[in-house]
Amino acid sequence: MAKAVLMQGNEAVVEGAIAAGMRFFAGYPITPSTEIAEQCALRLPQEGGTFIQMEDEISSMAAVLGASAAGVKSMTATSGPGFSLKQENIGYGAMAEIPCVIVDVQRSGPSTGLPTSPSQADYMQARWGTHGDHPVIALSPSSVAETYTLIIRAFNLSEKYRTPVIFLMDEIVGHLREGVTLPRANDLVINQRKSSFKDGANKFAYFVPEGEYVPAMKPFGKGERYNITGLVHDRSGFPTNNSQEAATLCTRLMEKIDKNADDIIRVEEYQMDDADTAIICFGGTTRSAKHAVNEARAAGKKVGLFRPITVWPFPEKQLAKWLGQVKKLLVVEHNYGQMLLEVQRCAAGQAEIDFLGRINGTVITPADIAEKL
Amino acid sequence: MDSRYDMRFTGSGGQGVILASIILAEAAVISGLHTAQSQSYGPEARGGLCRAEVIISKDEILYPRIITPTFLLALTQSSLDKYSQSISKDCIVVADSSLTVPDSLDPSRVVCLPILETASEKVGKAMTANVVAVGAINSLLGLFDDASLEEAVRRHIPAGTEELNLKALHAGMELVS
Repeated sequence: MAKAVLMQGNEAVVEGAIAAGMRFFAGYPITPSTEIAEQCALRLPQEGGTFIQMEDEISSMAAVLGASAAGVKSMTATSGPGFSLKQENIGYGAMAEIPCVIVDVQRSGPSTGLPTSPSQADYMQARWGTHGDHPVIALSPSSVAETYTLIIRAFNLSEKYRTPVIFLMDEIVGHLREGVTLPRANDLVINQRKSSFKDGANKFAYFVPEGEYVPAMKPFGKGERYNITGLVHDRSGFPTNNSQEAATLCTRLMEKIDKNADDIIRVEEYQMDDADTAIICFGGTTRSAKHAVNEARAAGKKVGLFRPITVWPFPEKQLAKWLGQVKKLLVVEHNYGQMLLEVQRCAAGQAEIDFLGRINGTVITPADIAEKL
Repeated sequence: MDSRYDMRFTGSGGQGVILASIILAEAAVISGLHTAQSQSYGPEARGGLCRAEVIISKDEILYPRIITPTFLLALTQSSLDKYSQSISKDCIVVADSSLTVPDSLDPSRVVCLPILETASEKVGKAMTANVVAVGAINSLLGLFDDASLEEAVRRHIPAGTEELNLKALHAGMELVS
């Protein structure tokens, strides 16, 4: 077996992304994500890739879209204030169907908030940050080792569904160093985007075969000219005001995620088999929650843990499975109650719902959770 | 070593207490142990209280931060005064000899070592105090074999400073014998 190495969460983002094939990073450094930009500046030239520090977060996001359209797997990383700035172009990526990964290492807000302190208050922004109805996939890791494998999955989903994927980290995991045994390169599954070239119906840049949801992608600038726009467009990629075309496109964008939710969603279920109480949490909070579960179990309480790894779309079907058996749900998150709203939407009337949140920049401890159980 | 240490390293920003904790975390990984290392600091790069934490354990670590430390290193008076208030009953405290041990602290738990003086006088470079501390802590607690610790130091120092830092490490080890 390979030897463990000491790695920081932010470093694992970069190493995992490179293993997934990421060869372009554009960003503007911001605590607590800065190590991602630093590590990309060091590592990408070694791998034949490109690192650019742009003038701000808006242009960073634009550069990532451009690089990806040209055929290179691309990533940016930021924290709350920068995540706000990137939203307009994230929407452009969703509309123009340009794969890319946006890492948000969350810190306390609002505004510039507490730059070095943990938070999970961008949960709703990850879903609704950009305007208009749009598809979103967001994943959240709870350890350094999982950060490495999950960022690879973020790239895979992004390429498969041609959509921006949000990698929703928090300072707890981003700045944590742990021993990690990296998987062997041969054991990794790496998706490449489906490419198309001028050939029959494929001459249209956004041609989608009957029964499918994702058009194959033409690498921009490789010979075929086509149009990319944030406007509603038809299969040629050119803007249209036709309401039927608008309905077809906007419905397909939503359905390519909704209809494939089972493929996209992953959850962790810990000690759930006989649980009458379940803690629901995501990201770094999971570490406190698991500790609390173990202590509650040692005291004879039937407590389990349900963790969305895919935080968007919210795993409602996976949670519904436990309603009936589980009488109480305790939502624990470092915000004022955001995933709580999703849990209430899915479980109201079927279980008692309790909440533990934190917005002062400190970490929720296992003892804080035990008090609520 | 004991089955688990919850170690807190405190001082002033710029003294290298975060790097000291990273070196011990690296030595833990080299030695096949579990570890979780984190830090907390303000927006300033130098000055201000700086705190780093490392858990070293034979078992898996779930909650990665420290609730009550079983080991505390303090390199400044303000960090000793502040962080010695929230330690476990059997916590071992290593304080620099230049500091005044607060009355609230049981003197039998405190080991005063001339870490800062050793770095500036014996090693000849004040900024090696963090590596001196690492050497002293390892001798005191019997955490890792010398080769693992030396390898951990090498992985985290700038190229060209190996001789200086290994000198600091051994000077630290010799403070405890």
